[in-house]
Amino acid sequence: MIGRRSDLPLAKDSTGRFLPLLVALMVFLSAVAVAGVIVLEGMIHRWDRDVAGTLTVQVTPAAGNPAESARLTDERVNAAIAVLQATPGVASSRALPKDELLALLQPWLGSMELLRDLPLPRLVDVTLDQRAHVDVDALALKVGAVPGASLDDHRVWLSRLIAMSRTIEWLAMGALALISAVTSATVIYATRTGMEVHREVIDVLHLVGAQDDYVARQFADRAFTLGLRGGALGLALAIPAFVAVSQAGRRLEGGFVPDLSLPVYGWALVMALPLVAAFLAMMTARITVHGTLSRLP
Amino acid sequence: MVILGRVLETGTVQRQAATRGNVVQFKSVGLRYGSGPEVLQDIAFTLPAGSFHFLTGLSGAGKSSLLRLMYLAQRPTRGRVLLFEKDTADLARGQMPALRRRIGVVFQEFRLLDHLSALDNVALPLRVAGVSETDVQRYVPELLTWVGLADQLHAKPHTLSGGQKQRVAIARAVIGRPDLLLADEPTGNVDDQMAMRLLYLFEELNKLGTTVVIATHNEALVTRFRHPRLIIDHGQVSQVAPL
Repeated sequence: MIGRRSDLPLAKDSTGRFLPLLVALMVFLSAVAVAGVIVLEGMIHRWDRDVAGTLTVQVTPAAGNPAESARLTDERVNAAIAVLQATPGVASSRALPKDELLALLQPWLGSMELLRDLPLPRLVDVTLDQRAHVDVDALALKVGAVPGASLDDHRVWLSRLIAMSRTIEWLAMGALALISAVTSATVIYATRTGMEVHREVIDVLHLVGAQDDYVARQFADRAFTLGLRGGALGLALAIPAFVAVSQAGRRLEGGFVPDLSLPVYGWALVMALPLVAAFLAMMTARITVHGTLSRLP
Repeated sequence: MVILGRVLETGTVQRQAATRGNVVQFKSVGLRYGSGPEVLQDIAFTLPAGSFHFLTGLSGAGKSSLLRLMYLAQRPTRGRVLLFEKDTADLARGQMPALRRRIGVVFQEFRLLDHLSALDNVALPLRVAGVSETDVQRYVPELLTWVGLADQLHAKPHTLSGGQKQRVAIARAVIGRPDLLLADEPTGNVDDQMAMRLLYLFEELNKLGTTVVIATHNEALVTRFRHPRLIIDHGQVSQVAPL
């Protein structure tokens, strides 16, 4: 397709001068959208994998003087664990020691010495048997019968998080569709302009016996070349941007930002974008030429 | 596709393989441009395969319009145009190229592609027909040499004189050894000697079976080469025997 002989003087005309720049922009935006979707998909998968099969029971501290409160709270925790262990499908339940709890809170709230005196709720980490079905709602009622205890089902907030992530994914897909539509519209415009500019040449080609496809192929080859050139430029802009974002994400501490680097298949998809853009341009040009010529006598 | 050079080289005069029957038939054909008056009215004539006709008439009489109908650049407003015994009204768009490849046209205004060399212009009918590049590079220079343009193979049309352009246009029309050759004033820009040479080329093609129609004002040629005439006058055509 590239370098094939052309009877139409397309290489020298200005009708497609801005097409590579536009395709570059479109490929850059597509790469960002594709990378965003892949990173988001990875995050959802990781959250799902980490949270699936786990529950947390929270036990609020009992009222009273510190010694009395600690004793009563321990009793509540033990009662909650007893309920959990009596429930089929619960693989394990473990009360988090206070030091472990404080270590979890330290990055958010600061000094452990200040936190140590605060009346913190106790947490029980529950692991479910993956093969068994546990009625979480029924378990929540049973756990709720223990004073101060409540069951935190991660799936509720996780499902909301996943729903939000899916919405963002659909938005990214919509953006990709729009980008493709805009690229196609630009190619259609450039092709029609080119056909008008080279009308005389096209007429002569027809009169010497050229099929419509002979003419269409020449416009398609040119659109492919321009699309590939623009796509390569867009990719060249996108790669440093990804590397910079990935490195910026790694520099952040405390696990606020998940891993933003692309997996291998993500890189393969992004690398294929210039080729996809070039094929899209080529097919659009070909269809446009056929459509326009079919309306001629 | 049969390349003229190959035919001349091998000396195979394939008259038996040439088109039989009628190459062109006009039946009550009328043509008008837009809402203007009819420029051609009730045209009816037949050109049998292997015939040679001059098309004569005053300027503006409709010679070019008649030729345009014959090389499928124009559809008639009414009536029927049959080429190679096929009604052109019944042809699907996809069938047109195959028919056009059987027709060689020398346009009055040459219609050479300015960005292509003389060689590439002449090669066009071969390339669109998918002839190999080896054959293109072998036979196109031969024909250009024959029409006296051996030193202009790679010249662009804008660097050529009117006569040279005309010869390139003629070479392009005949390179595919068409079954029907239509020439609109093909000798208008060449000297008498070259005009004679070109007419002899057309006659040679005619002997190979090509049906030839030449629109011309050149009465000397019409008198010298004794072929029947189609005379167009006030939008109507009459067939006249050789002078």
